[in-house]
Amino acid sequence: MKAQADVIIVGGGIMGASAAFFLARAGKSVILLERGLVGQQASGTNFGNVRRQGRYLHQLPLSNRARDIWLRLPELIGEDCEFLPSGHLRVCYTREQADKVEAYANDSRAYGLDLEMISANALRDRYPYLSADLVAGCFDPTGGHANPRLTAPAFGRAAVRAGVDLRENSEVTGIAKAGEDFVVEVAGQGTLRAPVLLVTAGAWGGKLSALFGEPVPLTTHGPQMAVTEPLPYRIVPTIGVSTPHVFETVYFRQVERGNVILGGSTRGPASNDTNRAAVLPDNFLGQLEQLRRVMPAFAAVNVIRVWSGVESYLPDDMPVMGPSVTTPGLYYAFGFCGAGFQIGPGVGEVMAELIATGSTTTPIEPYTIARFAGG
Amino acid sequence: MAPSGMRAIIVGAGPAGMRAAQTLVAYGVHPVVIDEGDRAGGQIYRRPPAGFVRDADALYGADASKARDLHAMFDSLRDAIDYRPGTLAWNVAGDVLHVVRGGVADALPFDALILATGATDRLLPIAGWTLPGCYSLGGAQVALKAQGCAIGRRVVFMGTGPLLYLVAHQYRKAGVDIAAVLDTSPLSAQLRALPDLAVRPGFLLRGAKFRAGLQAAGVRVENAARPIAIEGDGEVAGVRYRVGDAERHVAADAVAVGFHLRSETQLADLAGCPFAFDEATGQWRPEADRDGRSPRVGVYLAGDGARVLGADAAEAGGRLAALAALADRGIGVDMGEVGRLRRRMATLDRFRRGLATAFPWPADLARAVADDVILCRCESITAGELRETAIAKDAPEMNRTKALSRIGMGRCQGRYCGSAAAEILAQVRGVPVAQVGRLRGQAPVKPLSMGTAKGKES
Repeated sequence: MKAQADVIIVGGGIMGASAAFFLARAGKSVILLERGLVGQQASGTNFGNVRRQGRYLHQLPLSNRARDIWLRLPELIGEDCEFLPSGHLRVCYTREQADKVEAYANDSRAYGLDLEMISANALRDRYPYLSADLVAGCFDPTGGHANPRLTAPAFGRAAVRAGVDLRENSEVTGIAKAGEDFVVEVAGQGTLRAPVLLVTAGAWGGKLSALFGEPVPLTTHGPQMAVTEPLPYRIVPTIGVSTPHVFETVYFRQVERGNVILGGSTRGPASNDTNRAAVLPDNFLGQLEQLRRVMPAFAAVNVIRVWSGVESYLPDDMPVMGPSVTTPGLYYAFGFCGAGFQIGPGVGEVMAELIATGSTTTPIEPYTIARFAGG
Repeated sequence: MAPSGMRAIIVGAGPAGMRAAQTLVAYGVHPVVIDEGDRAGGQIYRRPPAGFVRDADALYGADASKARDLHAMFDSLRDAIDYRPGTLAWNVAGDVLHVVRGGVADALPFDALILATGATDRLLPIAGWTLPGCYSLGGAQVALKAQGCAIGRRVVFMGTGPLLYLVAHQYRKAGVDIAAVLDTSPLSAQLRALPDLAVRPGFLLRGAKFRAGLQAAGVRVENAARPIAIEGDGEVAGVRYRVGDAERHVAADAVAVGFHLRSETQLADLAGCPFAFDEATGQWRPEADRDGRSPRVGVYLAGDGARVLGADAAEAGGRLAALAALADRGIGVDMGEVGRLRRRMATLDRFRRGLATAFPWPADLARAVADDVILCRCESITAGELRETAIAKDAPEMNRTKALSRIGMGRCQGRYCGSAAAEILAQVRGVPVAQVGRLRGQAPVKPLSMGTAKGKES
């Protein structure tokens, strides 16, 4: 194993694994360091929503770029990661919220989304299993879902096939800049060097940016996920409640083999010291209440498992993405605030483009780490 | 609230849970007893539903007087405990046990949690094991004990462990035609275990009598049998197996299979108890000292849920765990009793080692499972898919294998397939089975209705 590369990437989630893959395709030598196994935390434990609808308008160009990659996964990385573009439906309990959703549908048209408002009556005709209390819906036929457990590892394997030196179970114990190079200490492996360092370390990203004088107010939480026993396949789109009330924000999707994946309503505690995140029993029971409210027949279904993972959040609900302000050669892509899965492959491609060419055609200015400068 | 102010919860109302409750009550504590069953008794001393007429002698044989005593003792505690039958303990979070009964959830804070969760059959996949008519040994016994039903008219008992002979004996007594008893363990292993087993001569003798009784009745009893397939077209029609070089077939309309027992450890896992690999049985088990005290403060383990030692040890272990919990709260306990119980447990632990020698887990059979055999029943994943995932997707341990292949992801959370999956993974990866780890437990311990309502906080 060589101790020198063009780029060292710290953090093997979907961002790091896909960035490594695209950098290798751009001809760069890459060492990808992951302290556990690829895709174990936020990338592997999230809901699996492959949606553009509802994202901030400024994020849609990135999201669109990611969508193109999702559609080409088999040719790019050799497997589809169970991506099913079966549509994404948002539903509302109030007229007021429906108006907001409709405004978003209009505004997002300029970014290439073609969302369809659905009246209460049409909602009942098309999705008779949903609650009669819903006043409207908004459908994105291009949305859908994929299997998070498979996706980052699939990018990791594809990266290795493209020449990336992927090192799992490799914990970074120190990073310093020496001359033009970053010197990265890895437990049990000595030091590695590269002129470019990309931090895609999720909840651990803030510790690393702080080393370079760029602390960020990162917090960690865990998604509250659950899955039902397998049922006949009926729920085709991903469905989520659009509401200003966080506790009402539940979502669900059914995989073709029958299980329904459930999430939302609340977040749970997560620790980037122990690597563990918990589903709180109270959160889970409250989530069930909200799920029964949006689809009453859930009351007759059993949950077989709950899980969580360590996710990272920033106070303005936007990620850190782009070059360091303090340190040439240093790049960041972390803190995706529970909404990184769909854009993940796009983030990887954009970061690879930025590192390989010095610029990117996709606007990412809102995500600069400079916004936290001066505390 | 008890005079001591100690909030104690016991999960399980088998011999360990019942004795733990009795011991706590004797020291003035008013424990909550959570029982998934509708009537206390657990598995070995399971009681049929009200209105059933088979008496204790018919149900429990030589253990009838023990069963009667335990049931009567526990019934006498009624006013001194908070007994909650028909209740599922589905999660532990911090020092709170989460339960659900009749569709309503409840959260129970504890100072001491005594887990007496028992054991279930340890299984491995055999071609045809998903056919209707194929049951676990424990399931076959429950059908007889709780419902007075047999699993078939002509039954093959296959696998290994003391339960193999006991259930076959109980079925024969109940008038069922026993097609064969096929023990995967060689007779030589059972002979080699005799010195350890002889610490409990009565138990050893009874096992020998079961076997002799079956043989005297003309039942085919084979040792060192290697199952090839459970055969049938839509339902069980027979079993094909090998003994030495000879391939044999026996016709039957039902099969009961089991390879000794595995502890029910999900709650201990969720509570945060550390686990250690037990080489003798090839299983992970929650760590505990000789009294059942886990390194996780406030959590105690008793009975087969901690170590598979059988019903008598469960009674002693339940008492010891309760005494440990009391002592940890600064309550002066009878150290003479503690000493007697510890000595009893040491003897029974030697017997356990004997059983492990006599009825070894057939890891070689698990490793030899053909690629097309369904390994994970809940998710319909074959042994071949596991092998393919472990190699092509580079899964080094059990939880990664689960994430990538769905093994153990279903309703049973790996209770049925976990032991065999670990053997296959270890073989494919070329590492000792301990190195592939164990499936982490996840709530809910058993499927939980989405209709579950939040209850009042207790």
